[in-house]
Amino acid sequence: MSIRMASKRRTVALAAAGASLALILSACADTDDGGGSGDGGGSDAAAPALDCSVYEEFGDLEGKTVSVYTTIVEPEAETQVASYEPFEECTGVTVEYEASREMEAQLPVRVQAGNPPDIAILPQPGLLNTLVSQYDAVLPAPEQVEANVDEFWSEEWKEYGTVDGTFYAAPLGSNVKSYVWYSPSMFEEAGYEVPETWDDMMALTEEIASTNEGATRPWCAGVESGDATGWPGTDWIEDVVLRTAGPEVYDQWYQHEIPFNDPQIVEAWDTAGEILKNPDHVNGGLGGVDSIATAPWTDAGYPILDRSCWMHRAANFYATQWPEGTEVAPDGDVYAFYLPSMSTDERPTLVAGEFIGAFTDRPEVQAFQTYLSSPDWANAKAAATPAGGWVSANNALDPELLATDFDRLSAEILADPATVARFDASDLMPSEVGTGSFWAGITEWFASDASSQEVTDTIEESWPKN
Amino acid sequence: MSTTTPAVAPKAVPPPSGLQERARKAKKKLTSPWASMIAVVIALAWTVPTFGLLVTSFRPELDIRQSGWWTVFGDALAGEGVFSLRNYEAALFSRSTSLIDFFVNSFVITLPAVFIPITIALLAAYGFAWIDFKGRDILFVAVFALQIVPIQITLIPLLRAYVDTGINGTFWPIWLSHSMFALPLAIFLLHNFMRDIPKSLVEAARVDGAGHVKIFFQVILPLLVPAIAAFAIFQFLWVWNDLLVALVMGGTDTFPLTVRVAELAGSRGGDWHVLSAGAFISILVPLIVFLALQRYFVRGLLAGSVKG
Repeated sequence: MSIRMASKRRTVALAAAGASLALILSACADTDDGGGSGDGGGSDAAAPALDCSVYEEFGDLEGKTVSVYTTIVEPEAETQVASYEPFEECTGVTVEYEASREMEAQLPVRVQAGNPPDIAILPQPGLLNTLVSQYDAVLPAPEQVEANVDEFWSEEWKEYGTVDGTFYAAPLGSNVKSYVWYSPSMFEEAGYEVPETWDDMMALTEEIASTNEGATRPWCAGVESGDATGWPGTDWIEDVVLRTAGPEVYDQWYQHEIPFNDPQIVEAWDTAGEILKNPDHVNGGLGGVDSIATAPWTDAGYPILDRSCWMHRAANFYATQWPEGTEVAPDGDVYAFYLPSMSTDERPTLVAGEFIGAFTDRPEVQAFQTYLSSPDWANAKAAATPAGGWVSANNALDPELLATDFDRLSAEILADPATVARFDASDLMPSEVGTGSFWAGITEWFASDASSQEVTDTIEESWPKN
Repeated sequence: MSTTTPAVAPKAVPPPSGLQERARKAKKKLTSPWASMIAVVIALAWTVPTFGLLVTSFRPELDIRQSGWWTVFGDALAGEGVFSLRNYEAALFSRSTSLIDFFVNSFVITLPAVFIPITIALLAAYGFAWIDFKGRDILFVAVFALQIVPIQITLIPLLRAYVDTGINGTFWPIWLSHSMFALPLAIFLLHNFMRDIPKSLVEAARVDGAGHVKIFFQVILPLLVPAIAAFAIFQFLWVWNDLLVALVMGGTDTFPLTVRVAELAGSRGGDWHVLSAGAFISILVPLIVFLALQRYFVRGLLAGSVKG
C-alpha cells in the first residue's frame, strides 16, 4: 500500500512543481517591477498547488488546530508559516505557530508539566534523544511519515531521527556547513582560483599570507555566540575531522567508540590549527589569534567586505547574516565554495537540520506531520522563501524553486551521490560535551592558547561515564 | 543633589531649639564631601552603560558592529552622519505581529500582578502586626522564610497545577505566580511599616469604638500610602521586566513585551543590533512610572527608618 501511495505522491509532487514553476516565474516578473521588496507578497503567489486527497485518509479535519513549537522566530518564521498555508487550505486545519529562542529550555518544562505542544520542530537530534530517553514524551512517527522519509530522504537522515531503533522524527530543513565564504572579485583581481583540494587551499593560504599588509590576513573567524560561544569552532574541527580522519572515524568519534583525545582527532585539531592558530593566517581585520574567541560569529566574515580578510568558513545560513545590500552571488560581493577535502573524488560534508517531533497522535497532527515530511512541503517552503537562505535534503525538492544560486548550490551538494554527509557531531554528542566542554574547549584553545592535546584531554575527561 | 553642598554652620545661630539642633547634627553627620564624591562616581559608573546603550540604539547596523559607541562623538564632530532611526523602525514595525499587542499584554499582566499581592499582603500584615493569635510569630517567620525558595524550582510543579486546573493559557497563571512570588517580601515589608505606627493611635481608635475593619481603612491605610507606593514601584518594575515567569507560564496570547524583545535578535542571534532599540522602547514605561512616583519611593524607603 505504501508503495502505491508513494508513487502517486511523486506524480503529485511533479505536477505541483511544474505548476508552481510557472507561478514563480510570473511572481519573479512581478517583484522585478515592484523593486524587489521581497517581503511576504511573493509567497502566496508561488505556493504550489497541493493534492488534497492525500489527507483524506485522516478523516474530516475541518476546524481542528495543531500547535507547533519551534526555535524559528521572525523574520524566518513568516516563510515557515506561509509554507503551511497549502495544508491549511486543503484540510481546514489551523496551525498555531509559536516560536521562542528559549524553546530548547522551555520544551522539557512544558513536557514535564503535562502541557506539550502537538508538534515541536527540534533543532538538533540531541534534544530528541533527551526527550525520548529522559521524558519518554515523543511519539513514534506514524507510518505515512516513515514512508515519506524512506522514499525522499537518505538512510543517514532517517537515522538522525531514530532513537534506539525506533523512528521518531522526520527531518525538515537542512543546512550545509562545509562552506568557505570569499569575495569573487578579490579572487579575480589577485588571479586566485577557488581551491579544489585541501593542499591547494593551504598553498593559497600561504600565498596570500606572503602578501599580508596591516591587519589583512587570509582567514577570519569568530566563535562568540552568547551562552553558546564556541559552536562555530566545533564546526571547524568537525569539518577537518571528516577530512583528515574520514567519515568512519568521525562516526566512532561522536559515538565515543574512540576517545575524544584519540591521536587522529588531535591531528585534526592540529590541522585546523595550521590555519586558525597561525598569526600569519588569522584573524583578518579582527586582531590576533585570541580575537577569534571574542569575535561574534555573526560579524566574523564582515572583514571580507572591507578586503582585510580573504576567506571565512561558515555554514550556508551565513548567507542571511551579511549586512543588508550585500549581494550573495557567483559574481556578487560574496560567495562561498565547498571547503575542499584531501582529494577531489571524495566530498565529506558537514550538515545539520531540524526534526519534527510529535507529542500527540490526533489525526490532524498526524496529517500535518505527513505534510511536513512530504516533498509538497519542501517545495512550498522553497516557494515561500523568496529571499533564499533555506534548503532541504529532501531529494524530491525541486531546485528550480529555490530562490538563489547559492541555495541551489547547497541543494546540489546535498543531492550529490558523491557527498558523504555527516551530521554536526556536537549535536549528536551528549549535551555535557556537545553543548558544554566542546564549546568551552574551543574557546580555551583560542583564548588562552591551550594546545590541541590539552584541550582534547579536558574534553575527554568531561565525557559522561555510564 | 542638595547633599553635595557641605553643611556650613550659619553665622547667626538661632536659639537652639532641640529639634533644629538635632536636624543640624544629623545633617553634618550624614554629609561629607567624600561620600558625595563616591555617590557621584557610582552614579556615573551606573549610567554610562545605559547611556552607551542609548547611543548604540541610534547607530546604523554596520557602525554598531564595527566600532564602539563612544566613537560617535568624534565622527559627529567631523560632520559625518552617525545616527539613524533604522533600529527603532526594525524593532517597532519589522514583524508581522503588532508591538501594541505586547504592550497591552504587559499592562494586563502588570497591573493585577501588582494589585493582588499588595491587597493580600496588606491584610496579612495587619493580622501579623495588630491581631494577637496563637502561633503568630512562628507563622510570620514561616512566611518570611518562604523568600528563600528560589522561584526556578517551583516552575514545573506550578505549571503542572495550572494545567491540571485548566487555567493554563489564560492570564491567571502569570498573575497568580507573580503574586505568590511577591507575597513573602510584601508581607514582611508592610508588616514592618505597620508595626512602626504608634500603638497609641490604634488604641485610641479602639477606645473610640472602631473595629478592625475601621482601624484598617481609616487609621492604618492612610498612613501606609508611601510604603504601599514604594512596594508597588518595586513590584511594577519586577513584573514589567520579568521574562522567566511570562515565558514559562504564558502562551502566545499572553506574552508581554519582554518576550517580544528577546525574540528581536532573530533565530540565530544575528539581529542583535536591534536589541538596544527594543530595550529602550520597553524601558519607557518603567521610566515614566518611576519618575512619576519617585516622591513616594524615597518617602517610602524612609518611612520605616525614621520614627516620630
